[in-house]
Amino acid sequence: MPDIPSAIRPERGIAIGAFSRLGQSAVLPVGVALRLLDPPMRWIQRMIGARQMAYVFLLPNFVFFGLFVFLPIGINIVFSVTGGTALFPSQRPYVGGDQFAYLFDCGSYLDPASCREDHFWRGVANTAKFIVFQVTAMVLISLVTALVLNMKIRGRGFFRAVYFFPVLLSPVVVALIWKWILQRDGLLNAAITTLGGQKILFFVDPSWAMFWAVFVSVWAHMGFYTLILLAGLQAIPADLYEAAEMDATPRWRVLIRITLPLLWPNMIVVIVLALIKGAQTFDEVFVLTGGGPGTATLMVVQYIYETAFSSQVQNFGLAAAASVVLGVVLFVLTLLQFAAARRKEV
Amino acid sequence: MATMRLSSLLGQRRNGQGRPLHWTDVAAYVYLAFGVVLMFGPVLWLVLSSFKTQSALLEFPPSLLPFAQVEVTVPDQPQKLPLFRVTLPDGTTRELAQIRRVGLMAQMVDPADPSQQFRVAIDKRGPVRRIALATENYSEPLQRFAFLRFLSNSVFVTVVATLITLLINSMASYGLAIYQFPGKQAATLAVIGTLMIPMTIILVPVYLVVTELGLTNSLWAVILPGAATPTGVFLLRQYMLTLPKDLIEAARMDKASEWQIYWRIVMPLTLPALAVLAIFSIMWRWNEFLWPLAVLTKTEVYTLQIALNAFQGELQTQWHYLLAMTVVTLIPVALVFVFLQRFITTGIGSTGMK
Repeated sequence: MPDIPSAIRPERGIAIGAFSRLGQSAVLPVGVALRLLDPPMRWIQRMIGARQMAYVFLLPNFVFFGLFVFLPIGINIVFSVTGGTALFPSQRPYVGGDQFAYLFDCGSYLDPASCREDHFWRGVANTAKFIVFQVTAMVLISLVTALVLNMKIRGRGFFRAVYFFPVLLSPVVVALIWKWILQRDGLLNAAITTLGGQKILFFVDPSWAMFWAVFVSVWAHMGFYTLILLAGLQAIPADLYEAAEMDATPRWRVLIRITLPLLWPNMIVVIVLALIKGAQTFDEVFVLTGGGPGTATLMVVQYIYETAFSSQVQNFGLAAAASVVLGVVLFVLTLLQFAAARRKEV
Repeated sequence: MATMRLSSLLGQRRNGQGRPLHWTDVAAYVYLAFGVVLMFGPVLWLVLSSFKTQSALLEFPPSLLPFAQVEVTVPDQPQKLPLFRVTLPDGTTRELAQIRRVGLMAQMVDPADPSQQFRVAIDKRGPVRRIALATENYSEPLQRFAFLRFLSNSVFVTVVATLITLLINSMASYGLAIYQFPGKQAATLAVIGTLMIPMTIILVPVYLVVTELGLTNSLWAVILPGAATPTGVFLLRQYMLTLPKDLIEAARMDKASEWQIYWRIVMPLTLPALAVLAIFSIMWRWNEFLWPLAVLTKTEVYTLQIALNAFQGELQTQWHYLLAMTVVTLIPVALVFVFLQRFITTGIGSTGMK
């Protein structure tokens, strides 16, 4: 990781003003708290010695990690091997691998309808479909955009900001913006009828619903991946390009022989990151389509959420078992990510 | 001549040296212009639509700008009357106000001369419309729904969570950056480990922990679970590692306590990185969705995002309120974007995380 100082030079007066005001108002209460903690901390240091203070500094953060990350991982596994409807683990009867057996009880894994828990498998199938289209589109569009933004063009900062803007929007806002455009009497149908077409009910047709789920998700997140690729492009040494220019190498050849091979490590990072995020797809699609029509855009995470929290029978065990399965998939993907990141460093 | 100048202008390099325009340059500008429309267009459409009246929103095809029918007060009439442009039987057109409509005929009156009344076939009249901002879309939800409550819930969660995150993350990164101690490697590994555990896969057990702590349906249930962020610890630790060690040694010589070194010396020097983390945290918290959706079930503790989602189910026919509330939810993000976009993009560029 490069260090941050380059990030701290505000370039416009107005930004400096907003920035310092934001900083001051955020820091003030923290400052007061820090000052109040001075005497007790001095006392603790006298009791345990300066060397041991490291543990004191680590403690609060790790209490949070323990309570809300490490303990839950353990509980998740306990949940997935117990049954019943109780929330507290000791009140849940041990059922061994029954939850997993139930989840994986299928006539054929290629046909969700043949499974006992068909919603889970529809979620898996939909998520897989979503990932294939979304990651492909995301990587290609981000790559093209990053290449274009890396050209010697005017207003590059502005254009980069334009593509980045939707990344900051909340998934609910993103979904509502597009729902408004795609609704029956919305802007897009107005355009279609003006051109002489028929209105399309985008959220009634399963294929269209999936298409727009992919489209909206790419629209919202491509700026993030573009930024990573752009950083990779700018790290390619300029003298390579100068040498190519001196040899009058055509542009497409420069792209294929220099740019793409040197960008490849970043591409792998982007692909794996997009896979990890894609497997966890939930919010935009949930607000946009509600998983419908029927179960056409139901994703795995929505299945977990609904099984645990919103169905009549709150089946925590089944939801936990499904999260363990998802967790294993994500773990494998994350190992891939670390491998890719290491290759990038070498 | 003009095109020549334009092409040389567009083709200019950053250092000002001229260069002929390659077709790929043209393609690049076309692509970027298309991108501007595709990225900003939908947001602009949302904002324009949010200022339309309920009846204007139901129009098809929709008009680009928010128009509303003009209403006039006519003497002797208790209510404001809608204004129409009417073609009279003798071929002249006049602007008349409609008193009432009976079947296919409308009873109309001349606003300038209330004694003159007309009976007009409804297909002979069209509404008179002017650009008007339906600000009631914004003001009415404040009274009709607990909109201010949701707004203040979101602000509370965002502010308190960000403060806690800044405090505990900076303490942990100080511990990891400055000290040598047994278990340091294990602690660093544990932080990396938490990076790999997204909320999506521990939803159920975190819900149990929160329930056991007695926090269900309180805003603290949203604030606490995500307060310790591995991203923040890494960001700050990386920055603190660049601080000169002599500074800390000198402070120890002067009998400063470890806590004083942390908040009097290291924290002020880490302010730039803290600011980046603060901006990130504000964005995360303001936009957070899945976890609050799972843990907040009472309307009075809804954050804006959860309330918006609930409304879009209930208010299918009331897009005018929904659109206005969406715009309000978007405003803080838009402000952050305008003023602090550079910090965020550099933050992502340097950590590869968001």
